[in-house]
Amino acid sequence: MALSQINRTSSRGRTAFPSGPGGGLRRGRSKNDGVAPWLFILPTFLGIGIFFLWPMAQSVYFSFTEWGAFGGNTWTGLENYRRLVSDADVLGALMNTVVYAGVSLLSIPVAIYLAGLINRPGLRFKGLFRTLYFLPVITMPAAVSIVWRIMYNGDFGIINYLLSTVGIQGPYWLATPGVAIIAVALVGIWTSLGMNMIILGAGLQGIPTEIYEAAELDGASPWRQFRAITVPLLTPSIFFVTVMTVIGSFKVFDLLFVMLGAGNPVTQASQTLVYLFYDKAFIANDKGYAAAIGLLLLVLIALVTFLQFRLQKKWVTYA
Amino acid sequence: MPSTTVTLHNGRRRYASNAGAYVVLGVGGLVMVFPFIYQLMASLMTNSEVLSIPPQWIPSAFRLENYVAVFTSIPFAEQMSNTVQFSLIRTTAQVAFSALAGYAFARMRFKGSGILFGILLSILMVPSELLLISQYQIVNNLGWLNSMPGLVAPGLVSAFGTFMMRQFFRGLPNELEEAARIDGAGPFRIFWQVMLPLAKPGLGALAIITLIDCWGALLWPLIVTTAQDQMPVSVGLATFQGEHGVEYPSMMAASLMAMLPIIILFIVMQRRVIEGLAHAGLKG
Repeated sequence: MALSQINRTSSRGRTAFPSGPGGGLRRGRSKNDGVAPWLFILPTFLGIGIFFLWPMAQSVYFSFTEWGAFGGNTWTGLENYRRLVSDADVLGALMNTVVYAGVSLLSIPVAIYLAGLINRPGLRFKGLFRTLYFLPVITMPAAVSIVWRIMYNGDFGIINYLLSTVGIQGPYWLATPGVAIIAVALVGIWTSLGMNMIILGAGLQGIPTEIYEAAELDGASPWRQFRAITVPLLTPSIFFVTVMTVIGSFKVFDLLFVMLGAGNPVTQASQTLVYLFYDKAFIANDKGYAAAIGLLLLVLIALVTFLQFRLQKKWVTYA
Repeated sequence: MPSTTVTLHNGRRRYASNAGAYVVLGVGGLVMVFPFIYQLMASLMTNSEVLSIPPQWIPSAFRLENYVAVFTSIPFAEQMSNTVQFSLIRTTAQVAFSALAGYAFARMRFKGSGILFGILLSILMVPSELLLISQYQIVNNLGWLNSMPGLVAPGLVSAFGTFMMRQFFRGLPNELEEAARIDGAGPFRIFWQVMLPLAKPGLGALAIITLIDCWGALLWPLIVTTAQDQMPVSVGLATFQGEHGVEYPSMMAASLMAMLPIIILFIVMQRRVIEGLAHAGLKG
């Protein structure tokens, strides 16, 4: 997650300034700084208490209750969780997440390849290329989604027109269950490719050029160099991007909501866990059940992160 | 950026191999910007031109009136103003409060700081969507639905921002701080006059990340605003309906105008934006 990235920078910072807090000069001073630190953290912890910790506790409580039509909730024990494990919509949302994550992960090799090209020595217009690939990362998801919605249109959409010029009959992208989630995932790739290229590119630049020079002298082909040097030494960055991508797949909302639209049967067939949560909590007013879905999301994300960190030991090489 | 690899190749080979890179990057880049070009073109067409089969690439005339129509068919000016206020208030508050708390965690000693920091870290692991039900209830009970206070409330502080600022302050040398303390400056003066100026790059990075994040935010604003003139433009676009059914050109014009400020910010400060976002990883 974001943490591993930051931790890396922080440990670098710490070595750069070994006389951090608690070091040398500070030791002579009194044991704590009195009331000042409490005032410094007060606004943040006030906000966190009201809008994070309290809602967190409430969500757990809500997940054991059922909501009446006019407010008020009654304790129903494990009923919501019983419903959860046999709900076809939940299973469907998990399947959609798998498909979405699968399609998204296919973009990692592409991102590595393009990042490698941009980092080539002597390449000009680097800044321009970076701008082009990064632009979708920063633009408003709702705004770009309505553009893609038109481009994907099965009748007058430009994508099917372009496909027809090479003899391919494109599907009704956003109106066909099963196809829609892939179409949305392709837009997801478009919005994240630039970011992945930056992260993977930073990893690429960390690989010492001497290794490639040695390999070249030994007559290793570019493909061999890529397989035997680039990929193993890049695994920490690949790992980071993979974790981010899988977690992101559980949370797809903006693209689905704007491209497919609420109340569309195809949306129901293409929804992710967060979309399902939104639908139950704020459309169906089934907030108790929604809370249970939210907690499932929490558990799944924790599980995926844990699994990936475990697997990491098997395939990540830290140089 | 010349490196040793270059000197291994002779000039001709380098030229030849980079030619391929230009072609691949160029074609890929074109694919990346294609939706924006299409958006611009469609925003200047008539509705029937957008709907024509086969599609039209160039509008028959540049219909700038589509842009004017956006302002009359939806309260677009109000929505843009809401987005600006929403983003600026949240960004200012998050940066200010995160700097304060981050500094305390990085440089001050107080009882329970370890536990409080642990709480902060565990919040980073929780998907924020889970908290929406309760956050909505709080805002609803305060009577803040369809209002700016309701829009900004849950995002005035940030666990992520606090963490990021703490890491930044930890990386700063503490000689200046010590000198100021010896001169008798109190903690607030040290923070304000000595440390904050040193932290400008970190503050800037956090501000950029937060601003871009807020500008595009959809889910929370969608939940707490139902009145068209109280929505930020992201919600306005997501629920866009013209007076006479779907008017694609106005839709394209509206979406283009909505993202233009961030695109300009990005082009002007490209390097800092990319570095800021990459430094933090994705904020999700």
